[in-house]
Amino acid sequence: MEYFFELFLGGLTRGSIYALIALGYTMVYGIVQLINFAHGEIYMIGAFTALIVISVLTMLGWNQIAILLIAAGVAVVYSSAYGYTMEKIAYKPLRKAPRLSALISAIGMSLFLQNYVLLAQTSDFMPFPGLIPDFEFMEPYAHIIGSPELVILITTAIVMVLLTIMIKFSKIGKAMRATAQDRDMAMLVGVNVNWVISMTFIIGSATAAIGGVLIASHIGQVNFYIGFIAGIKAFVAAVLGGIGSIPGAVLGSLVLGWTESFFTGYISSDYEDVFAFIFLVLILIFRPAGILGRSTAEKV
Amino acid sequence: MLVNELKKSLFVSLWFMFLTFPIMVIQVNTVENIIQWRWANLFLVGVGSFVLSALWRYLIRRKEQGIQETEVDGVARVTLSQRLLNNRRFTIPALFIVSIFALAFPFVFSLYQTNIMITAMIYVLLGLGLNIVVGVAGLLDLGYAAFYCVGAYSYALLNYHFGFGFWSVLGIGAGLAALFGIILGFPVLRLRGDYLAIVTLGFGEIIRLIMENWNEFSFGPSGIANIPRPGFFGVEMNIEQVTIYVYFLMIGMSLFTIFVVNRLQDSRIGRAWIALREDEVACQAMGIDKRKTKLMAFALGATWAGFAGVIFAAKTTFINPASFTLWESINILCVVVLGGMGSIVGVIVGAFVLILLPEYLRFLSEYRILAFGAVLVVMMVFRPGGIVETVRRTYQYKETA
Repeated sequence: MEYFFELFLGGLTRGSIYALIALGYTMVYGIVQLINFAHGEIYMIGAFTALIVISVLTMLGWNQIAILLIAAGVAVVYSSAYGYTMEKIAYKPLRKAPRLSALISAIGMSLFLQNYVLLAQTSDFMPFPGLIPDFEFMEPYAHIIGSPELVILITTAIVMVLLTIMIKFSKIGKAMRATAQDRDMAMLVGVNVNWVISMTFIIGSATAAIGGVLIASHIGQVNFYIGFIAGIKAFVAAVLGGIGSIPGAVLGSLVLGWTESFFTGYISSDYEDVFAFIFLVLILIFRPAGILGRSTAEKV
Repeated sequence: MLVNELKKSLFVSLWFMFLTFPIMVIQVNTVENIIQWRWANLFLVGVGSFVLSALWRYLIRRKEQGIQETEVDGVARVTLSQRLLNNRRFTIPALFIVSIFALAFPFVFSLYQTNIMITAMIYVLLGLGLNIVVGVAGLLDLGYAAFYCVGAYSYALLNYHFGFGFWSVLGIGAGLAALFGIILGFPVLRLRGDYLAIVTLGFGEIIRLIMENWNEFSFGPSGIANIPRPGFFGVEMNIEQVTIYVYFLMIGMSLFTIFVVNRLQDSRIGRAWIALREDEVACQAMGIDKRKTKLMAFALGATWAGFAGVIFAAKTTFINPASFTLWESINILCVVVLGGMGSIVGVIVGAFVLILLPEYLRFLSEYRILAFGAVLVVMMVFRPGGIVETVRRTYQYKETA
């Protein structure tokens, strides 16, 4: 039973990590119907920026908690700036183009950003310091869940609650929902659609950066390629839950995290990704629009 | 006006200097605990983005003007490439020159160049096959490399275990790939758009991961080596002769593909695919069997990947699962979209551009992939329809005077 619990919590942590990236995917998709392939790269840039800030501040001999907070803050700012700029360059001119063209543009952006970091920094794996300290009150439970995992779970939960509140109640959230439903109509009633789309990219990138810092300090290393794999996993999670839906992205991520964790734990670790994908195919056969996605009746 | 432009460029340049600051300027050496500040990079970024932003705005403005003109006239402007393609006085001499060039190529250029050309033609096959699925039938497939993989492994394994020859497996491999196309097709009949994309992506990864992990069957990540090259009635050939032989084999194969795909597009099933792409509901209302049409698209698309896979295995004589990753699928998709979805000429041009461009960008050495990514973005921004856009055939009503 304890083994089960361990796998359950492992899957939960893994799922929350996917969720932080999947949220950005699903928000962007909901508003511009674009598979933002470069989203994983934003997450990678967030992690890298944090690493650079941490290294510089560590050499200056600052306090650990202060470093963590400042690094996370800088990573969020920079990732958002990258997300914003990326949208302006690669996606905005393609709003009226065929959707696949925007997808190729996103792939190009992804390649560009990967190689930009590769050339400007390094192709090696860089060690990322584990900055989250072990809390004393966690000691009795340390064999089940460590402090870094706890921090990841809590942060993800907070981010999700804040996002939901923002989308449900704030003015920008309302504008986002309007744009997602019908862009032209939203424009007609005075929503500044360009601004809404920029904001979506900024918020999505910020959550990805938070994810980047947490995951990097959990796993302990970063390189220029981590964004691609994480991006694919997050994309799978977002589709699994029903793309465009925020609770769906979270649920999809958790389901994916648990699937991987349990299959690895009980069956075999070689086929971890195979099981995850087979599970995905099975779910989509029975619920073609994802777990929480609404299948819209087509109007003729 | 000019001052305004300069201001904008200056602003962009400052923004990019801020944006690239941590990654471009700071280099931390964690071993010796020193920080390198590379201020020269900051300067380069500033100047570069200043110039590029001015150029970018100019090009965007020109593009928008073009769109506005089209809207005012009410007629879509015929682009240069389309005009050339429809003009027999251009196409016939051009075809003549291309065929002479193609025939003379392996005798004029080096073995290395010939090999690159063979690769490019394999991509022509793959691109044309995927074009059936993505361009004509409008089903976004992100796992196309799986069928390529099936083709390659069927030759490698059948040859290893049973000693099958190249020519007999060429048919078997294509048939197996088509079978896998149908196997993939069944569960995804109800899915559309991005859900379809993700399932095909998953399917591609499943096939690759099985090949990587099932050691007893596929020899795992180490792959299969010493796959025999294609034979020619038992004639012994040295490596140069074999390469030239494969080159002409590929030319024949490409011509065959172009012929078949061209005939398919105007056939009953081709029209059904286009109808399905444009409007699924209306298409069914016209009495087209959606299930059969979609499965046909997957099966026929996969067939070409099977052919290409068998030839690829025979050409390189070594395969392993690393050749069939998601990036491979993305690469093939880029061929189709960059060239121009649905257009046969476009896909051929796209394949050559996409394979030859990174080859000839080698002088950029490590900046090659960076430049390639930038080219993809710029191409899509300024020519979203691809290099050769397809024109839909329309009935033109001309009033007689």
